[in-house]
Amino acid sequence: MSAPSQDVATRNGVFVRALVYVLLILFAVYYLLPLYVMVVNSLKPLDEIRQGNMLALPQQWTIAPWLSAWSTAQIGVSPTGLKPYFLNSVLMVVPAVAISTVLGALNGYVLTKWRFKGDNIVFGMMLLACFIPFQIVLIPSARILGLLGLAGTVPGLVLIHAIYGLGFTTLFFRNYYEAFPTELVKAAQIDGASFFQIFRRILLPSSGPIIVVTVIWQFTNIWNDFLFGSSFSSVDSIPITVALNNLVNSSTGVKEYNVHFAGAILAALPTLIVYIVSGRYFVRGLMAGAVKG
Amino acid sequence: MADATTTARSVVANPRATLQDLLPKIVLAPSFAVILIFVYGFIAFTAVLSFSGSKLLPDFSTWVGFGNYVRLFNHPNWMVALKNLAIFSILYIVICSVIGLALAIFLDQKIRGEGVLRPIYLYPMALSFIVTGVAWKWFLDPGIGLEHVMQSIGWESFSFRWIKDGKMAIYTIVIAAVWQSSGFVMAMFLAGLRGVDNEIIKAAQIDGASTFVIYRRIIIPLMRPVFLSAFVVLAHLAIKSYDLVVAMTDGGPGTATWTPALFMQKFTFGRNEMGMGAASAIIMMMMIFAIIVPYLYSELGGKKQ
Repeated sequence: MSAPSQDVATRNGVFVRALVYVLLILFAVYYLLPLYVMVVNSLKPLDEIRQGNMLALPQQWTIAPWLSAWSTAQIGVSPTGLKPYFLNSVLMVVPAVAISTVLGALNGYVLTKWRFKGDNIVFGMMLLACFIPFQIVLIPSARILGLLGLAGTVPGLVLIHAIYGLGFTTLFFRNYYEAFPTELVKAAQIDGASFFQIFRRILLPSSGPIIVVTVIWQFTNIWNDFLFGSSFSSVDSIPITVALNNLVNSSTGVKEYNVHFAGAILAALPTLIVYIVSGRYFVRGLMAGAVKG
Repeated sequence: MADATTTARSVVANPRATLQDLLPKIVLAPSFAVILIFVYGFIAFTAVLSFSGSKLLPDFSTWVGFGNYVRLFNHPNWMVALKNLAIFSILYIVICSVIGLALAIFLDQKIRGEGVLRPIYLYPMALSFIVTGVAWKWFLDPGIGLEHVMQSIGWESFSFRWIKDGKMAIYTIVIAAVWQSSGFVMAMFLAGLRGVDNEIIKAAQIDGASTFVIYRRIIIPLMRPVFLSAFVVLAHLAIKSYDLVVAMTDGGPGTATWTPALFMQKFTFGRNEMGMGAASAIIMMMMIFAIIVPYLYSELGGKKQ
């Protein structure tokens, strides 16, 4: 695949190649350093962090900070740990991802296989919606959630995330289905297949990769969201990112760095696992989100 | 064409077919309606608010014309936010592009272990900015982080307290943001490099061009679309930057690391200046649209042919 690079590479001297390896490894160290710091220090007693060296391995290993971060750390007014907020995030992410992915798939199907006059304008408007700074919708969103009786609830956050994810999910499926042979759809139509039959029997069976990409993209974005979570949640619906920030930046009490690091890893774990398990699709989603149209 | 005629005939023949014809639009309509209301309607709502004298709640009885915008651009905090945005976005975009391109070129040299290195460069992209913020906040904290480490291993005079220094704190946010995004830019460039036509490079080599010249004169100029995509993605992330600042400094020390997004939040919900908050959101949107709209227009326009 990268024959040209090989051709270029063979002309490099041994010294240059060694230098390239050194630089690549130094960068790997730079990217791994914060993760290393978090992991190592989440396994130390607090005294060891204060007196010792943040880069050193623990002298006395302990999982107490993890237990504390999960179930007893003081967050806001209650000593609940991150557990309830982690569950809030799960309850928020699963339906929001499901709804936005299903609608995105149907939208992409309509926009490519049932084209109509003005479909490009519709798509353009949905695409532009991906990029708005969400600050611009915060005030009216808060009003609407209030009017719907969803202010400060998990369903309210689900609604908001599903809506503002629609642009991207539609973009992903639209670009994927565009390359799908329209002749097959036309043939099925002539055979009398209905709109949903065509979708279910013809497009859906070959949509595996794009469904994975979309689900990962949506999952990562919604799980990692902070802005909506901090604007529209109340005590019972705070997602994990907001809870983590409250844990770390609370002004009262002793700063338990080890608990903060354990909490940060807990908050990062679901998306990290997704990334490790399906990195290939993750990268594809990033690229699809970056290189539009 | 054939489609249109069959449709026309079946409409007459069978009422069920009419439903089938409308179905695609019925399916698309809710999504489009929701986008119309929640995106474009809400933008209009915020735009109207920005001309009102709203304080704690939306107030459509007092109108101040461009008063909120005038106050905004006379407010020292907004000017700090704009200056920070300029510093942050320029450094963020330039450093991410340089690191991303360099790593991509290095990785493209038939590197052993590419499969191990690439995911290491990219994983920060999977993390929440809050997690990144927590990690870097404490790592750069003079009390326990880098400075403390250096001093404890014997370098007594080592000092690194940018995060506590009003003049330098914005640069610590650049450090963390670059850490988070540069791997992603690498992936974009790597995909671009792998797409370069083999024949062009062969021809240049036959002409006796050195590796350096081939990259500088042929390959990097071919990467122009990737530079453009990277620029658009990074610029729009920079204008939206909010979470990372909240997690690392919450705008401090003082107001030293305020960004436009932070300004909007603090003025609207913290200081009950909803009119000014709305005005700041409108300015943010205009900045993003100034970058995104021409880009999308050229991308979509180019595809039609």
